[in-house]
Formats: sequence, C-alpha cells, structure tokens
Amino acid sequence: MTESMTTQDPRGGVEIRTAIAQPPPPPDPDAEPVFRARNLGVKYGDKPAVHKVTADFSRNQITALIGPSGCGKSTLIRCFNRMNDLIPGATILGEVLYHGENLYGPDVDAVEVRRRVGMVFQKPNPFPKSIYDNIAFGLKVNGIKDNVDHRVETALKGAVLWDEVKTDLKKSALALSGGQQQRLCIARALAVEPDVILMDEPASALDPVATAGIEELMQGLKEEYTILIVTHNMQQAARCSDMTAFLTVEVNEKTGDRTGILVEYAPTATIFTVPKDPRTEAYITGRFG
Amino acid sequence: MNLEAISPAAPPLGHKIASSRLWRDRIFRSILLLSIAVALLTLFTLLIDTFLEGRPRLNGALLENMPSGRPARAGLQSAIFGSLWLVGITSLVSLPLGVGTAIFLEEYAPKNSRYIRLIELNIQNMAGVPSVVFGILGLAFIARGPLSWGFTVRTGAMVLTILVLPLVIIASREAIRAVPPSIRDGSLALGATQWQTIWRQVLPAAVPGIATGSILSASRALGESAPLLLLGALSFVTFNPTSLDSGYTVLPLLIFKYASDAKAEFHVVAAAAIIVLLVVLLAMNATAILVRNRFQKRL
Repeated sequence: MTESMTTQDPRGGVEIRTAIAQPPPPPDPDAEPVFRARNLGVKYGDKPAVHKVTADFSRNQITALIGPSGCGKSTLIRCFNRMNDLIPGATILGEVLYHGENLYGPDVDAVEVRRRVGMVFQKPNPFPKSIYDNIAFGLKVNGIKDNVDHRVETALKGAVLWDEVKTDLKKSALALSGGQQQRLCIARALAVEPDVILMDEPASALDPVATAGIEELMQGLKEEYTILIVTHNMQQAARCSDMTAFLTVEVNEKTGDRTGILVEYAPTATIFTVPKDPRTEAYITGRFG
Repeated sequence: MNLEAISPAAPPLGHKIASSRLWRDRIFRSILLLSIAVALLTLFTLLIDTFLEGRPRLNGALLENMPSGRPARAGLQSAIFGSLWLVGITSLVSLPLGVGTAIFLEEYAPKNSRYIRLIELNIQNMAGVPSVVFGILGLAFIARGPLSWGFTVRTGAMVLTILVLPLVIIASREAIRAVPPSIRDGSLALGATQWQTIWRQVLPAAVPGIATGSILSASRALGESAPLLLLGALSFVTFNPTSLDSGYTVLPLLIFKYASDAKAEFHVVAAAAIIVLLVVLLAMNATAILVRNRFQKRL
C-alpha cells in the first residue's frame, strides 16, 4: 500500500504526490487506488496523443483532469473503460491496473470492464426510448432480470431525478431538459452498479443551474463511487474535485504532432494555491490555455 | 435621434421593393411553378385518360377472372397472384440479406480496407445496372445453365432479389449510418456487447429508414418487367402459382400483352389493369410513409 504514496516514476519524471504532507484538505491517505496508470499512453496510428501518464486514482474521490483543448484529457479518460478500443488505429501503451489487475490483460473482457467502469458523455445521449427503458437497458444487456422496477427507481433516486420523472417513466427521454437528460445518463450508468464513473465534460452542454445540479450530485455519488471527471472549466475542478491532474500539450517541433502530457497531479487545493510547475500556474491563473 | 442625418436620401420603402430584384424573384418563382405544373399535368392527364378508358372493366370480375383469349372474360387473377408470390419471396429473401450486409458494412467492416471499398463500389454499380441485364444473367445461370431452375417462380424471385438487393443495402446502410454514434457509445459504455448494441439500439432506431427502403424496393420489384420478359413470365398463364416451381406471369407483363393485342377491346382491359397496378403501388408507398411516421413518432 504505502509504496504507492510517494514513488517517483523513474522514466516519465512525473512525481506522484498524494496528500500525506500536503496542506488542506488531505484526501484519505489509506484510500486504495482504484486505477494505477503506469506510463500510460495512447497513439492514433503512429501519432502519439497522450504520452506516459503515471498516476494513481483513489477510491471514493473525485479526480479532475484539466488542461487546454487538445491535451488528451478525453483520450486519457477513455483508457479507463477501454472505450479507445473502439477507435480504429488507437493503441494503448504502458499499463493500467484496475484494483491491481491489468485492464488490458489478455483475459480481460472489455465489455465487463465497461459495466464496472461507467461513463457519462459530454453531450447527454439518452436512448430514443422511454425514461424507464433507458435505465432498464443496462440491466437487460447485463442479464439482470430481478427487481427491475426497484433498480430503476433506485438509480433514478441516486441521480436525484426520481421526483421529477416518477409519474412519467413511460415518456420519451428525449422530452427531458438537457440537465435532466444528463442526470438520466448518470442514472443509467448507476443502474448497472459500477465501481467507477468516468465523466467526460458532463456539464459543458448544460446551463449554470443544471451544471450546479450535476456538481451537487457528484458530491453525493462520491460516497459510493470513484469519479474521474474531465473538465475544461477550472472553477468546476476547484469546486468539486479532491485531486486534480493538469495536462498540457507538447508540440513536437519536427513532426508537428501534438501530444498530451501530465504536468502535475496533486490535491486540488494544492494545485490551485501552490502549484509546483510553472505551466500549471500559468494555466490556472489564466495566462495560458 | 435624427434618422435623416444617417441616410438622408432614403426613398420611401415602396419604391425600393419594386426594383428589378423583385421582378427576378417573381420570374423564377413562376418558372419553378411551371415546371412542377408540367410534371403534374402530364401525370394527371395520363391517369385520367387511363381511368376513363379502363373504367368499363374496373370491376370484381377483372380481379377474379383468369387471362383469356376473349376480351369480355379476360381478367388478371393469375398475374395478381404471380406478382404477389414474386414480390413476397423477393422481400423475404432480400430483406434479411440486405439488412445483414448493411449491418456488416456499417458496423463491423474495417473502414479502410481495400476489399470492403471494392465491395461497396460493386454494390453501387449493381444498383445502376439496367434490369434487363439481370434478366439475361438469370436466363443464363438460373433458368438454364448451372442451376437450371426453369421458368419458375423461384427463378423470377431470385432474379428480382438480385435486382433489388443493392437498393435494400444502400437504403439500410443510410438508415444505420443516420443513427448517432453517441447512441452506440452510450450503449457500449453500459457494458452492452456490440451485437446487443446493434440489435437493441441501432436497428430499432434505423427501422423507419430500413422499412421505407424495403417497401420502395418491393414496389420496384412489383413494377419490374424487363428481366421477367426473358424468364418465361410472358407466357399465357391461366393458373395461380402454387409453389416455388410453378410457372407464373406478373401484372406488368400481362398489361403489356393486353395492350399490344390487335383487338381494341383488350386495350380497355390493359387500362383497367394499369389502374389496379397503380393502386397497389400507391398503397405500398403509402404504407412506407405510414410505417416511417409511426416509428418516428414512437421515439
């Protein structure tokens, strides 16, 4: 357990710092890492999109991935539920351990990974079905047949949507507002009882009120789930995350390839008050990106 | 604020609008109206002319009687059943084949593969081949030659299947492609397999497009005559098909037969038969529209 806390990655040079000696509020030092990325990279064809990310992501925490456009935040987060598998030409380099097990191991079933590691997308993408069927779909495809009504209700309550929709579960999900649709997508992910929820800019298509709703919901969800969220809204990262990873783009001068690299990964309070890296500081003070 | 100061020479609004721009607008609108009027007038003239000519024979006997050498007793029954058999079997075979091919090409096939591109190119070309060519192909390889199925319903349906298959594939592919990728992502991210995603999300969302495409393909098959001309459907048939190996005739060819007969009374029968064919075609197209609207509303 402890060796993960303060290791220095010998190759990538990215320092892993969890909260032991850091100023407030320290995330639980005993939290078991859900994901361990070791020199994790993604290539599209032969173009490197994300380069050697090494970091641990702890249980029951919200980790925010921030950084300028094109820094590979979304590409990186999609490594954790193997959604990148679906992109032709994408290759994963390095290693991701999920509860100690290699996520890309030969015996690992990507479909099962995606059940355990749920995902919420940038634009709400409810299925063109009823509210009820949107939630029940995940149960159906995973062969869960008992207590479906109850599970649907629990999921909708978990996403704080139940009271708004309980009387019209049979109505089309497309009739909901943007914020409600996004909460429906969260409920849909919750229904299959995942362990982790990945959120790829979940509020970027929403108005401020709906955004506040999603952020509040995340605080409740972290009691039971581990959350990784990509955002390019720094205030959002500062408001709701425990840990923050700052990524930036490096441009290869010879080839012109733009590659995302992890600059700094630390408790959110540290990143936003005493960032170590000048690039982080430049970004969070608005001088760059 | 003083408006005069900003545009001192502003003329009254009425003047400006009556300029040449407006005239050009009117002229073009008239030309467009004229072109649609020509199309509709031609169609209506033909329809009305045919209707007036065929009206005396538009009755139950026309549908019930078999083709006959005597104009007063000549009917369409065997051709109606022949057409139904052919279109029915063609749809039954081409729908699963076509939708299956479309699913493979859209969802499974590697996007950059040369072989796949070659297949796609061939499908597109097949959709443009004149139908009589399929008739010759069917005559050489299916009716005679390797398969030797003879001039039967089976042969006719097989050739029509080859004929409409590209249309079904292209329509289904377009319908499948129109399903937003975010739906697939959402489904896969919940732990659905690729097949579950296709079967439960993509296909249901694509049903309106697939149904419309298939029904339109079926009406194409119903109206087709050139390839069947070569496949024995022109013969004088006074019995309904009873199996895949029966001889047959179809409505378009019976119409051709009656219309080209020397006796003028037969032309009345032909006109009446055209009305019947048109009604069936219109009904199929209306079904296509209904199916599409119904499924779209359900979403």
